[in-house]
Amino acid sequence: MEGTIITKKESINRVSLSQRLKGYTRRPLSAVLLLATLVAATITLGAVFVLLSNIFTRGIPVIFSTPELFAWEFHSSNLSMMPAIITTLIMIVLTLIIAAPVGIASAVYLVEYAKKGNKLVKIIRLTTETLAGIPSIVFGLFGFIVFVNMMSLGYSIIGGAFTLSIMILPIIVRTTEEALIAFPDLYREGSYGLGAGKIRTIFRIVLPGAVPGILAGVILSIGRISGETAALIFTAGSSTGLPDGLTSSARTLSVHLFALVSNPQAPLDMFFDAAYATATVLVFTVVGVNMLSNYIAKKFNVKN
Amino acid sequence: MNVTKNPKIAALKESAVKAMFATAACASILAVFFICLFIFWRGLPAMFEIGVWDFVSGDVWRPTRAIFGILPMIVGSLYVTAGAIVIGVPIGVLTAVFMARFCPAKLYLILKPIVELMAGIPSVVYGLVGVQFLVPLLHQIFPQEASGASVLAASIVLGIMILPTVINVSEAALRAVPNHYYEGALALGATHERAVFFTQLPAAKSGVLASVILGVGRAIGETMAVIWVAGNAPVIPGRILDSARTLTANVALEMGYAEGLHQSSLFATAVVLFVFILIINLCFTMLKRKS
Repeated sequence: MEGTIITKKESINRVSLSQRLKGYTRRPLSAVLLLATLVAATITLGAVFVLLSNIFTRGIPVIFSTPELFAWEFHSSNLSMMPAIITTLIMIVLTLIIAAPVGIASAVYLVEYAKKGNKLVKIIRLTTETLAGIPSIVFGLFGFIVFVNMMSLGYSIIGGAFTLSIMILPIIVRTTEEALIAFPDLYREGSYGLGAGKIRTIFRIVLPGAVPGILAGVILSIGRISGETAALIFTAGSSTGLPDGLTSSARTLSVHLFALVSNPQAPLDMFFDAAYATATVLVFTVVGVNMLSNYIAKKFNVKN
Repeated sequence: MNVTKNPKIAALKESAVKAMFATAACASILAVFFICLFIFWRGLPAMFEIGVWDFVSGDVWRPTRAIFGILPMIVGSLYVTAGAIVIGVPIGVLTAVFMARFCPAKLYLILKPIVELMAGIPSVVYGLVGVQFLVPLLHQIFPQEASGASVLAASIVLGIMILPTVINVSEAALRAVPNHYYEGALALGATHERAVFFTQLPAAKSGVLASVILGVGRAIGETMAVIWVAGNAPVIPGRILDSARTLTANVALEMGYAEGLHQSSLFATAVVLFVFILIINLCFTMLKRKS
């Protein structure tokens, strides 16, 4: 960590606080620059604080005071988010089943097979980057044209999952690629040296070794899937009930939150209360996802 | 374990698996190709029917009377994005400088996960706080306005939303600068602050610029965080306190019920958005190639 530079310098050449302050009064520009970075960091932290406190101060009391928010079935009187929670889980599993094999295989090709300067690789890198930059609403429209209309799936969970799997492909490709590149060549050479072929080396040696890195990417994708709205409202729709099957329309938590706030109906406070409770659940999901991903990545680093 | 004895079969198997991996690798090419194809296929005919120039330069959007001009939305998107950059980039870059060069190691352990958390929070959640906290706050500050939902509100929400992108990419760029730049500056008598701001930051400028471009892309493509806070009136905003509608909001707001030419005109709106995004991506790629 580069932050240690300061402490290193201090241990060689100790400067007391008063000496420092004196230095800053003599060099006002340095003081201003230091102050600017401090102010910026404070604003960043302040923004997060306002965001989280706004959500939690309203969301957490609602969650504890209205258990019917987690009732099994949705009614316009209870605004339960349980169907949305279940749909979110289904959506996560389905999207990963579609995207993870393709993304991982794609990364294996890029790292293990492709030769340097390969034209195809350049195009794949470029399109993966392009894909990462496309706004989610454009994915939503694409899914609406292809899965909802042309394949006549209608608003369906499976249509939403297809759309999202294209969206998270770049995340999985990139993280898997990083994990594969970080995997030491020694192991590959050892495997070849023992007479194993390329397939065996990839499946028995390289991929198992890269699992933590791949897993970290998959977990990041879970965060992205549960937070997505714009790509889902026109592909999976926003039906409130528990889904009957993969071809029925259903809403994930984020879409649920969107639908609650966009609803022009009368008892506004009730809708916003439910929206805040949903937002609280979403934020905790993100916190959990990030912690898990960091934990796995850390374990991975220690191993190497 | 079944070891394949026949070397011919083994070679065949190897090349079959290689072909499988290569096919999977082409998925992203196919995805981009088909997204372009279908969005343009559904959007361009409407554009030609309305007239390309009339469509992008018309300042009246009234689908009920079959008047489709998206200039207000183009201007709205540009204003809101510019506002987000004005707010988000200085704060983001300075925070990145702080995190990379000023922050004590212990504080960094708290700050970094918070920035990651910011990146992970769904855009609807930003939108919710925007509409329930920021919009009423702006209305209190400017009581003469009809509502707090405005270009300013959208810019603030987006400016905060792009912070993690700007911070992470800029921080990585700053950390990649070789240490001898800094040491050289110190040896010449510069203070820590001067050394960081006048040698390291300029050396990291292409990375910082990349973070800005990524931020622009994120801001212009965002839907859910702006849809409740920008006001959504399809009129060219004159001041930052006026209501504005972005390209993304135009699609999201009307797609649910639009039919016929109206629906096609929304796909055409997406085409315009898509062209903006492609230009931004091109800038990003060129910048990366240069460095």
